[in-house]
Amino acid sequence: MTAAQFPIEAGHVMTFARAIGDFNPVYHDADQASTSEVGAIIAPPTFVQASAQYDPDYPLRPQPGVAWFGSGATPSGRVPDAEPAATTQESGSEKSGGTGLHAEQHYEYHRPVRAGEVLTLTVRPGKAWEKQGRRGGLLQFRETIIEYRGENGELAVTARGVGVRTAQTVRD
Amino acid sequence: MALRASSLSVGVSHGAVVVDNLSRTQIVQYAGASGDYNPLHTDEVFATQVAGYPSVFAHGMLTMGMTGKMLTDYVGDGRLTNFGGRFTSQVWPGDTLTATATVTAIREANGVSVADFDVVTVNQNGIAVFQGTATARLD
Repeated sequence: MTAAQFPIEAGHVMTFARAIGDFNPVYHDADQASTSEVGAIIAPPTFVQASAQYDPDYPLRPQPGVAWFGSGATPSGRVPDAEPAATTQESGSEKSGGTGLHAEQHYEYHRPVRAGEVLTLTVRPGKAWEKQGRRGGLLQFRETIIEYRGENGELAVTARGVGVRTAQTVRD
Repeated sequence: MALRASSLSVGVSHGAVVVDNLSRTQIVQYAGASGDYNPLHTDEVFATQVAGYPSVFAHGMLTMGMTGKMLTDYVGDGRLTNFGGRFTSQVWPGDTLTATATVTAIREANGVSVADFDVVTVNQNGIAVFQGTATARLD
């Protein structure tokens, strides 16, 4: 599941830009941004990844009434002595110690993304393949393509992500 | 602000330190902004005791986002047409990352001048943590 729509809010762009250490005024200062080539606050190149905020079922965000797999009363967050939770997380650790990680990310920018617009997402699966890893045993790769479109249906960004699931903990 | 085709040539490179002594707090900041709360990145107890890592480690997308800052500072705002790559090694708290773009081609695409770049981000030990490519529109 992915967000259907992604409102590009100025405050969200500002906090995202701060998090990546980018204090360029084009990401937070409307007056200065108005004198830029685009003429408005725009989103940094990797900002569309934050559409996860609008995915109602995003598995890497705690949800009310759903056991979280981070630490709490126990290191795994699970109630002591309870059965292990189902291992259906997209990422994170499973009972086996295997881990889901982000392997690749590729963006094609058709035009800048501006604060104040609403992007519509369409998601489709890409390729899937397997490889024997040097450090992590069998590696299972899965590609996902997300198209971000503007209010007139025009493409703004095409994102191609590759996730990898490892059979064991990855160490350098 | 944007690069001029006349000022570039193949092999020219531009690098910048994009983070010095990465803090766990910045990783938490990125989790909050991006919405990716995977405890591998923000929960030291889980990362070490359950997942078996030496500590929490940064989101790959934080590394890519910081690498993107080097690129947009270099090529200008809103000038990228492509940016992508692979996460080749983990980034840990305390790491200092340097991102570098090297011109591999200057060409015309759909009637405008563009430059292609190899992009690499390395840690303080010279190990590549992100390797990819980018393309930007030139003046």
